[in-house]
Amino acid sequence: MSTLYGMLLTDVRFVEGLNACMNCGVCTAICPAAEFYNYDPRKLLNQVQLKDESIIEELLKSETIWYCGQCMSCKTRCPRGNTPAFVVQALRKLSVKLGFFVESEKGRQQFAIKRTVGENILKYGYCVHPEAVAPSMHPEQGPVWQWVHENAPSVMERLGASYQKQEAGTLRKIAIEDLDELQSIFDVTGGTEMFETIEKYSAQQAEKMKLEFNDQTPNEYFFNVYTEDNHNHQRNL
Amino acid sequence: MNPQNPLHTESRWRKYQKEIADDHYYYARSCIRQNFFPGSERAFLKIMREELNKDIFDDPRHTTCTGIAYHSDIVPQETTSTVIARHFALMTEMGYQNLAISCVTSFGLYTELLETWKHFPEEETKIHEMLWKATKREFVKPKNLAHSSDIFFHNREQIAAKSQFNLINQKTGESLKVVEHIGCHYAKIFPEKGVGGAEFPYVLAGMVESWGGNVVDYPERRHCCGFGFRNYLVMANRGYSVANSKKKFESMKPYEPDFIVANCPGCSMFMDRWQYTIAEMEGTTYGKNGYGIPVLTYEEMAGLVLGYNPWDLGLQMHQVSVEPLLDKMGIPYNPDEKYKVKRNVALPLKPEILMV
Repeated sequence: MSTLYGMLLTDVRFVEGLNACMNCGVCTAICPAAEFYNYDPRKLLNQVQLKDESIIEELLKSETIWYCGQCMSCKTRCPRGNTPAFVVQALRKLSVKLGFFVESEKGRQQFAIKRTVGENILKYGYCVHPEAVAPSMHPEQGPVWQWVHENAPSVMERLGASYQKQEAGTLRKIAIEDLDELQSIFDVTGGTEMFETIEKYSAQQAEKMKLEFNDQTPNEYFFNVYTEDNHNHQRNL
Repeated sequence: MNPQNPLHTESRWRKYQKEIADDHYYYARSCIRQNFFPGSERAFLKIMREELNKDIFDDPRHTTCTGIAYHSDIVPQETTSTVIARHFALMTEMGYQNLAISCVTSFGLYTELLETWKHFPEEETKIHEMLWKATKREFVKPKNLAHSSDIFFHNREQIAAKSQFNLINQKTGESLKVVEHIGCHYAKIFPEKGVGGAEFPYVLAGMVESWGGNVVDYPERRHCCGFGFRNYLVMANRGYSVANSKKKFESMKPYEPDFIVANCPGCSMFMDRWQYTIAEMEGTTYGKNGYGIPVLTYEEMAGLVLGYNPWDLGLQMHQVSVEPLLDKMGIPYNPDEKYKVKRNVALPLKPEILMV
């Protein structure tokens, strides 16, 4: 059986993202996540480059790997050409593959992202869509967005969009044959498998947590992972 | 190196330039820009075709690139790469070689894919095979990748020559003070692919200067807007997102900017919505007299300069009111037309704190 480090090495992002890290800490200095969370990309890279299987397994089950916001500021700054955010991507992918992501509060959130953005892609052909940005889930969007959401066909028509129409133009309805191609790409490239893996381990976790879990979104488990915050993540609390 | 120039500024600046195709583009639309700024993509195509006489193809078969899902780690790299390769195939089939990309996340990913294939050619072979297996399509790699703002930058003087309004306060005659934000994935991943790189952001600054404005150079100019993908998408994480935006607002406030212009559709939306959120949460506002600092996309900024109707551009979809900026620029508008649509619908509610 491959080692965890060996599995990480099969991801080009890991190969590209980690050369020898000299622990200078520039990545941590520039990192917006390190400023907000208990997060230190310098420490993360150092832990991974030790190639210690138990440390890597601990990371895969940890909150730590889910804090990065993928802004990639670390890529610009690292004097050794490392990219901690690429290493994080490889760690997250492996954490999902092995089902370790459900062991942390932040990791369990992958289920909520799969059920929203993930399903939008295959349903609409867009990551976000006016029907899918519900004001109840997005109070920060404010009253103007609520007005847009409730009157989307009229507002989009006013702005010359092709909303819900099968033609070229802004927010057009993506044709079924194009959605079928997306689905086929997901099937061939591992996207469908990753979705199924997230569903499988999330269903098991919901059972452990005694929370309702079904095909409907939202459900009790969805609400839990979408809103729960144990308040142990932030740096200055 | 130029031996006549002891500081070698010319040769140093050259490495911050990028090649931008002059015509014949395949348009890669943005999920977020279409969703929150539909008027901007429409204005982009209008300006390209009617003001700049460029050929740009808008393909109904084009879909999301899956970028938001990719950076939230719910889809594998192979999936995103193959979806992008399908876009290359559609572009190839229509006889185009140059991409105009409307989204900074997509721009970063399209660039990353081509760069990855330089270092790992076996990955390119794999994606060719996966695309063929999934769709029976084949592709040729694009000759030129431009973010759509690069193209406006490239043509900024032509737009200036057609301008109806300038970025100048009509009452004082002074240049407007403009905060520009290029978005992390425009140049932090591959600095040489963005005008000015990550350190000397110039794609929006060039437009602002050509159209009469002054760019504000404030301490947190290069800080992330705070999107953070999963750190916004999941409600429990949104403190990260708003805290990062707040850091920028606090840093820019002493310079009293007249407006913010953003490159990335996500940044444009967040810097608009988080001003509302911060106002309602703690009563802090960053503009004058209880208003926010208006946030524009570069298409909206160009459209205003060219004299387009603000409500045709979609400025009514912003939560932070743009009227203080329109008044400064001397742009006429009809307040009664702002929320007018064909059907008789109720007006949006007013926030409790933020002035609108």
